[in-house]
Amino acid sequence: MHTFAYERPATLAEAVALLDAHGPEARLLAGGTDLIIRLRDGSAQPAVVVDVKQIAEMSSTIREQDGIVTIGATTVVADIAASELVKRHFEALAEAAAVVGSVQIRNRATLAGNICNASPAADTAPPLLVYGAVIVAAGPRGTRRIPITEFFVRSGVTTLAPNELVIAIEIPVPARRMGAVHVRRTRRRGHDLASVTLCCSVDETGVTRLAYGSVGPRPVLYVDESGVLADPDGADEAKAPIFERMFGDASPSKRSMRASPEYRLAMLRVLGKRAVRTAIERLAAERAVEA
Amino acid sequence: MSGTGNTLPIEITVNGRRHALDVAVHHTLLDVLRDDLELTGTKECCLVGECGACTVMVNGRIVDSCLMLAVEADGAEIVTVEGLAKDGKLSPLQQAFLDKGAAQCGFCTPGQLMAAQALLAGNPHPSIDEVQEGLAGNLCRCGCYFQIADAVLSVAEGEHR
Repeated sequence: MHTFAYERPATLAEAVALLDAHGPEARLLAGGTDLIIRLRDGSAQPAVVVDVKQIAEMSSTIREQDGIVTIGATTVVADIAASELVKRHFEALAEAAAVVGSVQIRNRATLAGNICNASPAADTAPPLLVYGAVIVAAGPRGTRRIPITEFFVRSGVTTLAPNELVIAIEIPVPARRMGAVHVRRTRRRGHDLASVTLCCSVDETGVTRLAYGSVGPRPVLYVDESGVLADPDGADEAKAPIFERMFGDASPSKRSMRASPEYRLAMLRVLGKRAVRTAIERLAAERAVEA
Repeated sequence: MSGTGNTLPIEITVNGRRHALDVAVHHTLLDVLRDDLELTGTKECCLVGECGACTVMVNGRIVDSCLMLAVEADGAEIVTVEGLAKDGKLSPLQQAFLDKGAAQCGFCTPGQLMAAQALLAGNPHPSIDEVQEGLAGNLCRCGCYFQIADAVLSVAEGEHR
């Protein structure tokens, strides 16, 4: 591994100043499960590595206030999968967090790191899109909030400026009853990257939100407000054109060794229909509990 | 804290012993355990976080020590495979691995043991599915998965207590 200067700022202001001073020569270190691989293989050669784990504003906490759950940027994926707060309000996010990497990876990898790396295959991205997450970014001019639909550009690239960093992820607690699920396809059970990763929610007003990744340059969200997809008794012929609108733009890479484009597109449709069905069932179960 | 001289002082506790070390900032915890502390039970293998041979416990959680800088471990309590046996007596898991033939070439065994130790600490009576999920980050090229799961389950069921 090539050497670098290691900085462990104690305050957000120091971290922002380091990023501002070093620009693209600085890389942020949270869980390190992607960065350390890249430092070792030479595909990242920063002059400065900024470890953000001592910064109070980026603490590894999950808290709920005024209908918003805030996940600190250094919260590891294992803690999100195990959080009662997350499981209660965002079941599909907990499910996605539970399948990221292995136990060892989940104990280090952070939610913020998962989305900042902007891998098209990031399992936490589809649920964050479905739940309408907002990325809180800090920079020299203060903080700003970026809707997650405006965050991903392509693999490794986000709309963050070079001198900005993510300090938290905010997710609004759903105002309406909702059923949601995360599903994915991998080559094998256990520790693997997704060939298709997908999340779907159906709420009691009939709105279906469906997001997926690993089948194009970035994870994407589609919303169906017609109520057709959410109808438990709806005919397949009525749902088919809506599914096609949702899946029509998927463009899996031909170069990926994990799965062929044809296989991914086929599985995207299978998983999409399955997820809508499960989301409808979970919404019905929610209603039954409250009835 | 910053390390521009490219080494930094850290203090870590490994298997109950405190160590004050100057470590290169680009060295991993795995490098320091093996090369500085000569604890070579922890293995270096894939170096990308897929095989789990370098698994150690840091503050009660298993991690791939190839994906953690040594400076990130400053202040941490670390347990390696060398910390499992007590007073020359194998831990129940180590004994079970021997009894069930769960170690063939043995290279993945330290990582498997650490992952199994962590699994049982959080879930003393796992199902076979939970054992497989808990050890999914540890590959065995000899293909001893059946025997490894059997060994972990035998400890969970109290054969080795």
